[in-house]
Amino acid sequence: MSKINSKIPEGVLETKWTKYKSSVPLVNPSNKRNIEVIIVGSGLAGASAASSLAELGYKVKCFCFQDSPRRAHSIAAQGGINAAKNYQNDGDSTYRLFYDTVKGGDYRSREGNVYRLAEVSANIIDQCVAQGVPFAREYGGYLSNRSFGGTQVQRTFYAAGQTGQQLLLGAYSGLERQVGLGTVKMYSRHEMLDIVMIDGKTRGIIARDLITGKLERHFGHAVLLCTGGYSNVFYLSTNAMGCNVTAAWKAHRRGALFGNPCFTQIHPTCIPVSGDHQSKLTLMSESLRNDGRIWVPKKKDDARKATDIPEEERDYYLERRYPAFGNLVPRDVASRAAKERCDAGYGVGTSKMAVYLDFTSNTLRYGQVEANKRNLHNPTAADLKKLGQEVVKEKYGNLFEMYEKITGENPYELPMRIYPAVHYTMGGLWVDYELMTTVPGLYALGEANFSDHGANRLGASALMQGLADGYFVIPYTIGSYLASDISTKAIPTDHEAFVEAEKKVQEQLDKLMNVKGTKSVDHFHKKLGKVMWDKCGMGRNEKHLTEAISEIKTIREEFWKDVRIPGIQNELNTELEKAGRVADFLELGELMCKDALMRKESCGGHFREESQTPDGEAKRDDDNFSYVAAWEFKEAGNWELHKEELVFDVVHPTQRSYK
Amino acid sequence: MNLTLKIWRQKNAKEAGNLVTYPVKEVSPDMSFLEMFDVLNEQLIQKNEEPIAFDHDCREGICGMCSMYINGRAHGPAQGTTTCQLHMRKFKDGDTIVVEPWRAEAFPVVKDLIVNRSAFDRVISSGGFISVNTGNAKDANNIPIPKDDADNSFAAAACIGCGACVAACKNSSAMLFVSAKVSQLALLPQGRIERESRVLNMVRQMDEEGFGSCTNTGACEAECPKEISVENIARMNREYLMANLKK
Ligand SMILES: Cc1cc2nc3c(=O)[nH]c(=O)nc-3n(C[C@H](O)[C@H](O)[C@H](O)COP(=O)(O)OP(=O)(O)OC[C@H]3O[C@@H](n4cnc5c(N)ncnc54)[C@H](O)[C@@H]3O)c2cc1C
Ligand code: SF4
Ligand code: FES
Repeated sequence: MSKINSKIPEGVLETKWTKYKSSVPLVNPSNKRNIEVIIVGSGLAGASAASSLAELGYKVKCFCFQDSPRRAHSIAAQGGINAAKNYQNDGDSTYRLFYDTVKGGDYRSREGNVYRLAEVSANIIDQCVAQGVPFAREYGGYLSNRSFGGTQVQRTFYAAGQTGQQLLLGAYSGLERQVGLGTVKMYSRHEMLDIVMIDGKTRGIIARDLITGKLERHFGHAVLLCTGGYSNVFYLSTNAMGCNVTAAWKAHRRGALFGNPCFTQIHPTCIPVSGDHQSKLTLMSESLRNDGRIWVPKKKDDARKATDIPEEERDYYLERRYPAFGNLVPRDVASRAAKERCDAGYGVGTSKMAVYLDFTSNTLRYGQVEANKRNLHNPTAADLKKLGQEVVKEKYGNLFEMYEKITGENPYELPMRIYPAVHYTMGGLWVDYELMTTVPGLYALGEANFSDHGANRLGASALMQGLADGYFVIPYTIGSYLASDISTKAIPTDHEAFVEAEKKVQEQLDKLMNVKGTKSVDHFHKKLGKVMWDKCGMGRNEKHLTEAISEIKTIREEFWKDVRIPGIQNELNTELEKAGRVADFLELGELMCKDALMRKESCGGHFREESQTPDGEAKRDDDNFSYVAAWEFKEAGNWELHKEELVFDVVHPTQRSYK
Repeated sequence: MNLTLKIWRQKNAKEAGNLVTYPVKEVSPDMSFLEMFDVLNEQLIQKNEEPIAFDHDCREGICGMCSMYINGRAHGPAQGTTTCQLHMRKFKDGDTIVVEPWRAEAFPVVKDLIVNRSAFDRVISSGGFISVNTGNAKDANNIPIPKDDADNSFAAAACIGCGACVAACKNSSAMLFVSAKVSQLALLPQGRIERESRVLNMVRQMDEEGFGSCTNTGACEAECPKEISVENIARMNREYLMANLKK
């Protein structure tokens, strides 16, 4: 029998979730008080799940590795969150959001999951506003929207360029409220290093107190991993420095299948690499593509300043190639188009690996609108520019400032230079409709699971998914499992399974400390990142992927022979923390390449150079690859592939076109 | 450029610390301050010495994790800028830079430049929220909010919880941080319902944590990387007064 059952409810698409909700088993309040749930992660997914489950009456323990739950990486999201509210009366609906997401994901996600996501999206905005999240508003006092790539309606809610911060602080305040009420116990500066299994069920975790270095055992009737994405396998990405795969990887090693590991998103608008010292890349929100036009010079190696290049000598290549969507094509399409221009020699800046994102024409347009609003007749070009800049500043002020701080250039005067960078991982732990992994009692929420975005995520939908999972999905679906577990008493942590798991973690830490080699953790991480970016990045082919697999194996061997971790184990040791994470990346990287090699088609962000249309677009192969690849861990370097066939009852996969 | 760094080293909360001098060579002006620390740490690891422990995560000025006291200023010389967004082009070849942790009784040093800011979490959990359970909410546009109120609330909500305001204040007062949250919620109709209990509880918790009192020096606003305004403190004082009157 197949290991995987997606458990999508029967029935018509529109009523699956409603029916599910009204028939799922419930846990009565007095039993909830005796049920303990461990939540690893305090980002949008973790914080929303923790507060919602605690409100229902469960006893919750929540973990994060930062010094405060408010600092989870979700805080950095800039542009916005989607919801099918149709406040703009522009034809949006649950169905349209569902359709856009399935299409945007290049038909590699589940209809049932995506429809549910679109359905609950509207409730998220209501919840956040009630919590005091200060979304942008119009003069009439109502919520404002903007549009994001891959869609033709305005459904994105935002708070300047700090949407993630405001949403996370909302979820965090809900979480802290429960901490105050004593229903959630928060463990900051703790890192989960393994799950504990008893009789085939997840029963807890082993965590390391990052200050004392001591290992701790924690029991839970169920464990939720809300631990974010793994873009940092590339070393350079837009993710925060601490983002890692460790929690998901430990679960994978204990039997949880890993879904579509090679599906990564390369974001088109990031600040280009400036030198070898670079530690991370900075995103310039996709929302900027609403108001910026992307171009390169028509002439190769044009050394003139951007502002000296006349209009007719500029190639607005997205508008040229994709007239219907123009600068708003989905991310994967925009990224590849930038790479194509730069590879062909039209790139700009010192590295020639950048394109321009130019706000001039929209600034003037906004200036004109503003002048009309203020009854200014015959404004000069300088007036229009000034008025327009005020509008741009209100919309994106913090992003423009950030750009200036990093590059030393003023983007109000000169176009930004941008280049694609690794940003998000659609792959993750395989979960069923209830968000449970293949390990009973172990769930994955938010970016950590593989679920809703298929082969490419549309902008502003990760925040939506994280909060949907935590606020509106898990509170129902977890009942289906826990209802049959009410008679299980808390298991003492001196149980042999806890002892064994702790011992294993201890051995790995000892092993790392005892290598006593000559090279830093970063040395290996950078090496891995380079292989991943060069050979498993924006363009992938059989030759490169095969090479990458053997190169990663070599780096992994060198790591275990030659890594140097100063300091000791039983105290705060940041190098030891990093080393554990890189050790896991070194296994994951190989699996990603294996998955990419197996998937001979191109789809979404996964571009196999062997599979493209004559005009260079990604070519899917539905006959052979319309499935989720779910990998089972056997031992390092050895996996077994399971397939979950994707069934499309409602939308019929076609070649994606944004022309 | 070449620099001399004097960095606070402290093994743990119990042992005493001291400033240690490190030369750093070939610093590029395009590096961020933390990337310069990466380079220094790589050198220390090569020498088999322990790297300097410092807090950081997003490196985009938004998570509030980074926290260095640079040449006597919280987050260093640049206005409205976190340590991670400070770039080396703000320094000159040959400069000596002194780097210390936040200093405040309520923020004990954990190791080197890392301090414990969990007091801030406890202040939030004492009242920095609106009590709404998941699923309670009605349609978002049922609560229209005047744009100015929404904008002012947003400006207060921009606080990243870094603690620079406390570090910059000679009394180690947390008024700017606490008032930013009180203001954000007091400015919104949804937040007004609990405004009295909120301000009373948060101020009580703030005092219990050992933060000092506010003597209106304005140092917090001057050093706040998000330029949170001291007007929030005035608003909180009014809220507090009103709440006490009603008690
Ligand atoms: C720069 C940037 C901008 C973005 N902008 C947008 C946007 O505009 N719109 C949008 O929809 N999406 C955006 N995204 C994507 C989105 O922010 C993320 O996908 C989403 O926030 C992930 O949330 P999460 O809750 O799954 O994980 P995270 O927020 O990453 O949280 C992970 C949590 O897990 C904890 N953790 C991890 N491992 C362990 C462990 N082993 N032990 C203990 N704790 C652990 C961490 O401490 C943290 O609390 C952006 C992403 C980036 C990088
Ligand atoms: S008020 Fe400013 S300085 Fe104080 S914690 Fe908030 S962002 Fe930091
Ligand atoms: S590291 Fe996040 S604000 Fe500096």
